[in-house]
Amino acid sequence: MLQKIYDWIDERVDITPIWRDIADHEVPEHVNPAHHFSAFVYCFGGLTFFVTVIQILSGMFLTMYYVPDIENAWNSVFYLQQEVAHGQIVRGMHHWGASVVIVMLFLHTLRVFFQGAYKKPRELNWIVGVLLFFVMLALGLTGYLLPWDNKALFATEVTLQIAESVPFIGEDLKILLAGDPDIVGAQTLTRFFAIHVFFLPAALFVLMAIHFIMIRRQGISGPL
Amino acid sequence: MSEDKKNQVSRRQFLNYTLTGVGGFMAAGMLAPMVRFAIDPVLQPEAEGEFVSADIAVEDITTEPQKVTFKVDQVDAWYESTVEKTAFVYKKEDGSIVAFDPTCTHLGCVVGWNTNDDYPQHFYCPCHDGLYTKDGVNVPNTPPTAPLSVYEHKIQNGILYLGKAIPREEA
Repeated sequence: MLQKIYDWIDERVDITPIWRDIADHEVPEHVNPAHHFSAFVYCFGGLTFFVTVIQILSGMFLTMYYVPDIENAWNSVFYLQQEVAHGQIVRGMHHWGASVVIVMLFLHTLRVFFQGAYKKPRELNWIVGVLLFFVMLALGLTGYLLPWDNKALFATEVTLQIAESVPFIGEDLKILLAGDPDIVGAQTLTRFFAIHVFFLPAALFVLMAIHFIMIRRQGISGPL
Repeated sequence: MSEDKKNQVSRRQFLNYTLTGVGGFMAAGMLAPMVRFAIDPVLQPEAEGEFVSADIAVEDITTEPQKVTFKVDQVDAWYESTVEKTAFVYKKEDGSIVAFDPTCTHLGCVVGWNTNDDYPQHFYCPCHDGLYTKDGVNVPNTPPTAPLSVYEHKIQNGILYLGKAIPREEA
């Protein structure tokens, strides 16, 4: 039945080459942990992606309950964690995943660095990877404010002070982030929410696409 | 004729230019409102410093810093609230009044006057041992990098009114 459906579609729009391009490719022996166990270091990039997928999914579900308003943000987080079935798990996935993804990113970066895999012709992919790292840090930073508890508030005040310390544009940058020259409040929360949920993920998707397309074009770097 | 042709714009070029121009115009028409929308807070004029009563009579102010609390009506976009603020107020030798914002210039904790027995006659921050002298100047080799902010103040009918806290430059 499924085969028939597949054939019917394939006959019309020829999808086989599309998924072959995505899924059907050689994995060299030196990156396969089944051959050399030490090749597990090649898994960190994929693990980063895996945790990122968890972050995206759990984040999507969290927004079903979360409200980015100073009166209700904390209460909505409390509610979804205490009252909603499995709320603690879904929020826990997002909370811990945020840290795990940074750890995985870091391990992946270390592997690429110490194997010299960033060298010609892969310099551009290293640059894109660093941009991905910045986007991921920014996601962690903007997400930190959203529960709107004391820890979030004061961490954000420090963040804004850091932004303010940038020469020349610091003051404007801070107001742009906080939405108000003096108050860390209603507008700060909505701004951080928008940045966390729409702007940064958009940047993340674009950069990840470039990252992966470049890997596919250039292949994995050779053995040491 | 052939000379003229050199400067002529080909049909393809003409179409490229016009389509790029029209496309750019349309993209700008879409982006301009969105960008202006996003940067609106930056372009807001700075709020006028309003003075509120600190609820203390000038004659009650001594040469010893005392903590006064006062309420400020704060408008945060669609959220209006009353915020409690504190100030350390005292009279200088020459009789002029000073009001310090007790927010530590290091990381924003609240400093106290004379609260640590090891540092009498100083403003002390319990978070990271920040110290300020009585005139609010940070003591070198403690974490704060700037003196305490000073509230603008004025006196009306013998009552102290406080305005915005003005940060001071590094001493």
